[in-house]
Amino acid sequence: MPQRVRALEAILAQKGYVDPAALDGIVAAHEHEVGPQIGARVVARAWTDPPFRRALLADATAAVDALGVARGACPHLIAVENTARRHNLVVCTLCSCYPWDLLGLPPEWYKSAPYRSRAVLDPRGVLADFGLALPAEREVRVWDSTAEVRYLVLPLRPAGTAGWDEAALAALVTRDSMIGTGLARRPPDGAR
Amino acid sequence: MNGVHDLGGLHGFGPVEPEPDEPVFHAPWEGRVLALNRALGFTGAWTLDTARAAIEELPARVYLASSYYERWALRLERLLLRYGLVGADELAAGRALRAGPPLPRTLTAGGVGAVLARGSVERPPPAAARFGPGERVRAKNIHPPTHTRLPRYARGRRGLIEAVRGCHVFPDAVATGAGEQPQWLYTVVFSGRELWGEDADPAATVSIDAFEPYLEPA
Repeated sequence: MPQRVRALEAILAQKGYVDPAALDGIVAAHEHEVGPQIGARVVARAWTDPPFRRALLADATAAVDALGVARGACPHLIAVENTARRHNLVVCTLCSCYPWDLLGLPPEWYKSAPYRSRAVLDPRGVLADFGLALPAEREVRVWDSTAEVRYLVLPLRPAGTAGWDEAALAALVTRDSMIGTGLARRPPDGAR
Repeated sequence: MNGVHDLGGLHGFGPVEPEPDEPVFHAPWEGRVLALNRALGFTGAWTLDTARAAIEELPARVYLASSYYERWALRLERLLLRYGLVGADELAAGRALRAGPPLPRTLTAGGVGAVLARGSVERPPPAAARFGPGERVRAKNIHPPTHTRLPRYARGRRGLIEAVRGCHVFPDAVATGAGEQPQWLYTVVFSGRELWGEDADPAATVSIDAFEPYLEPA
């Protein structure tokens, strides 16, 4: 495959259809710029700023744009909030739809058949694959991204973080917690 | 189409295996494939929905046996051939053998930001929305042989309109070259038991985003 892709790029560059420097720029942006640290800032702000949290849940695109952390949020972004009664889990059973503007490119497992097949049929089983066990009575709501709406999970703020500032909180927000296959990290015991 | 890409509800693929500290790309060629697809998508030679459909149209055994970015590479070759931008002889030779038809636009290094911002697919509605929040609907039992975004597991199942998401470009139409034909889009929520039967987790619910033509009153 590497040779085949190299040949394809050469053909397209020779025909003037692609500029290798532009391709370099796309790769570099995904490797160094776009990533879950963007979503983590959104979540940490929502945890510390109640009006922002309300704005995010009402119109996530506008709230994220106003925050200025992404190049331009998905125009159809929805934030879904985890609560003591409901846990949210995002999947794309048909392909790999994902809020990459906030989380970067999806991990391999998100795009893989095991996740895409089972997330809708057996969400608790999938969470168990991630080592996550939720109370049986807690609703697990699976969001299958079948159109151009993109979903960002707003995870529960971990206990023991009262008074933490936004940057410290953002460090607890994992990629998986914003997909719903994980929870935000708990603060280390010494930090409480 | 009822393709192998429509994976929701299948058994047999084993556990999910997260990879600790996964790199963005596992090999440099994966990044080039992503970038090539994005750059060609930017040219306007085809639409996002056409590109998705082209992955679904890969032979089932190829789809299942290929990695994610292998599918992206194969899809790109197929689209380039279909739209006459590259010839099979050129793919075989590994170099351009002739000039290709001009494209509406090409991506420059200075314009990379344009592919890192998503465009809106919302369009002015041609009519009022047929359904409103709280209404009971059934996903139609339809099996179009062409691209659709209604997963098989939801077909024939009853759900509740939870939200109206606006009027969006209709992928089923775009992918067949029939134009955007904007349709209202709804988040429809189903109980786990409606989808999977009495043995399903009683505290699980699943929502899809369904275009109005996928739905009927229930």
